[in-house]
Amino acid sequence: MEFNYEVEGGNFAKAGNAASSVKKVLKQLNVDPKVIKRVVVALYEGEVNVVAHAYKGNIMVDIDTARIFIRIQDEGPGIPDIDLAMTVGYSTASAMVREMGFGAGMGLPNMKRNADSLKLSSKVGEGTIVELTTNLSK
Amino acid sequence: MKVCDIVEKLNLKVIGGSEGLQNEVVGGYTSDLLSDVMGNANEGQVWITLQTHRNVMAVASLKDVAAVIIVKGLEAEESTISQSNDEGIPLLSSDLETFELSGQLYELLQ
Repeated sequence: MEFNYEVEGGNFAKAGNAASSVKKVLKQLNVDPKVIKRVVVALYEGEVNVVAHAYKGNIMVDIDTARIFIRIQDEGPGIPDIDLAMTVGYSTASAMVREMGFGAGMGLPNMKRNADSLKLSSKVGEGTIVELTTNLSK
Repeated sequence: MKVCDIVEKLNLKVIGGSEGLQNEVVGGYTSDLLSDVMGNANEGQVWITLQTHRNVMAVASLKDVAAVIIVKGLEAEESTISQSNDEGIPLLSSDLETFELSGQLYELLQ
């Protein structure tokens, strides 16, 4: 089962729409509430990252009986140093984004903590791809 | 304790989401960083913050918090109020500072 969502860079009014929609789908599929919580946190952070840093992005969510796979792909500035970006507290967010309570350098670490696997690849000047996998073992 | 009991005891104003006033409150979480709330708040907690924009309600809904209290008499944006109504999550307001309000809620939930 596959779902796709478009994310607009800079549009905070819509940030969280994909996470909210996926939450509803997972509830309907009777996925364990603990798993839903983790997926929703990871996806929301990924969505906000696209809104805060990229020009536009696409979120693909693929669900089968074994796992939930999420790919967040954006066109944006890319990440020059991924290890640094994964460090808690490190952020390149703008002052406006920080004032809203984002940009505390917690996004990627929150995503890593709430997924069973996180793969991040990025090209400076082109964009970033984040792949999150959450296992659905009974 | 329910959200409506807290509204009465802490003299809060209900700005939106009155549908959820019967939500059960299991605790509180005080933070103005949305990622901190995303990562660490729990379902059924009351979230105390000075943030007033609509992303607060998006986070509140994703985390299933019992209610949101905006401190210092700050005014919520229109879009925040309408999202609170859509989600049925109470958006409350207090004239108190974060420190005092958190302390009073803590006392109440002991």
